[in-house]
Amino acid sequence: MFPFDYAHASDIPHAITSGSRDGAKFIAGGTNLVDLMKCTVERPAHVVDINGLSLSTVEAVKGGIRIGALARMSDVASSAIVREHAPAISQALLASASPQLRNAASIGGNLMQRTRCPYFRELTWMPCNKRNPGSGCSAIEGENRRHAVIGTSEHCIATHPSDLAVAVAALDGVITLRGAHGERQVDAVDFHLLPDSTPHIEHAIKHGELITSVFIPDAPHARHSAYLKVRDRASYEFALAAAAVGLEMNGSTIRSARVAFGGIGTKPWRAKFAEAALVGQPATRDAFRRAAEAELKGARGYGQNDFKIELAKRTLVRALSDLAGGVA
Amino acid sequence: MTLPPCYIPPDDEDQPEDPTRRTFVIGSAAAAAAAFVSPLLGAPAATAEKTKSPPVNATKVTLHVNGKAHELTLDPRTTLLDALREQLDLTGTKKACDQGACGACTVLVDGRRVNSCLTLAVMHGGHRITTIEGLEANGRLHPVQAAFIRNDGFQCGYCTSGQICSAVALIKEGHATSDDEIREWMSGNICRCGAYEGIVAAVRDAAKNGGGNVPV
Repeated sequence: MFPFDYAHASDIPHAITSGSRDGAKFIAGGTNLVDLMKCTVERPAHVVDINGLSLSTVEAVKGGIRIGALARMSDVASSAIVREHAPAISQALLASASPQLRNAASIGGNLMQRTRCPYFRELTWMPCNKRNPGSGCSAIEGENRRHAVIGTSEHCIATHPSDLAVAVAALDGVITLRGAHGERQVDAVDFHLLPDSTPHIEHAIKHGELITSVFIPDAPHARHSAYLKVRDRASYEFALAAAAVGLEMNGSTIRSARVAFGGIGTKPWRAKFAEAALVGQPATRDAFRRAAEAELKGARGYGQNDFKIELAKRTLVRALSDLAGGVA
Repeated sequence: MTLPPCYIPPDDEDQPEDPTRRTFVIGSAAAAAAAFVSPLLGAPAATAEKTKSPPVNATKVTLHVNGKAHELTLDPRTTLLDALREQLDLTGTKKACDQGACGACTVLVDGRRVNSCLTLAVMHGGHRITTIEGLEANGRLHPVQAAFIRNDGFQCGYCTSGQICSAVALIKEGHATSDDEIREWMSGNICRCGAYEGIVAAVRDAAKNGGGNVPV
């Protein structure tokens, strides 16, 4: 780890001032940042501890629920408010990491976590456009079984690792940011960026800005939502493919649908084509499969990860079938 | 307590009264270094000593561990795990992967289990930290410790202190209602010996015997 100085922020303005300095990073749970500091991918000069800020509340508010950025993953997962209004959020959190990590890691930090691409995390591999812009991508022709098949570019195919962010994207989440010039809201689907030619720029957040909360609008498809994660082992593992789904039914017909994929995209992948294909359809396996095909037709494998395209389709069909109550 | 048949009580008066594995390893390493001094090894005598120079970016913190307060001045890079092991000599908490992938470093912070390797010690002023050393009371093993022995919940033992701390929290959380639930909620603790059958049995057993009690 490279040396840094440490300060405890007593209030939000103080945190933003300290966090706006060159080379400053906020720390909450630290489960991702400390890890990346150890392997020297992250080298902050200043670490600003924001755990003293009052940003941990989970509450029902007008039009939805608001989750404080410093609420811990475990507390949000077990929150009765979250389980009632947005079960997919709770399920995504419970499918994440381990109980120990969920007790430490914050909601804001989860959205800010960086890719698990092994080339990104390993400095002996020179080429990595995320870590070392312009140096190339080692994964495109290298070990890429766990990499993305959608949203990729010739510069980066790293997968976004968060489960939570997938559920938040599916359920029209809105992220509130606070900076030196005040507060602003960013739709979750716009918060994480595609790699394109700048894979080192991952979020719409500016340096010194702080995530203060995540809002999930109340909606029938949020209350009737679920998260399904498929991985190499049954627990404590990142997704190979995952789906956050929400359905509003009108009898046996789908009135509205929300779908996002995890584990297959360079960002949490809101699946608008799949949603459009579901609306007005009966809740049948054939309709679900057509929705999956509609979203994945733009997918591209890189050799070892070709299997993820079919896996993602089957994951979505199963997630929707389970949510709809076991359909033919 | 019945001793294993291979155990020979020390009769050498030069032995420390109660040698820990740590003092033994450090002593052996120093002796070996003295016997085979190599220029490649640099100054081996210094390796066993704690550095006296002030830490970089020295930051003060008071850690409350197992009911005792410790005022420390640390390089803020020091993880909670390293502070426990290197500053407080509480070496029951183990360092294995050091990246949050195995759970061997699990401790309880305000009664909640966390990976001590992925958090900075300076972030924990004011928290109540409980390590494996703090679970016993008045010479009596904690119910989870006793259950691990009764149910053969370990082989080499390296992951065990993390398994036990995690299990105490799991029972406190109310996640020991079935074997499947125990497996899921113990999944943050890896055992490379594969003692999982015994671990699940131990947690199931301890849950019926006050295993969720966290001394502070």
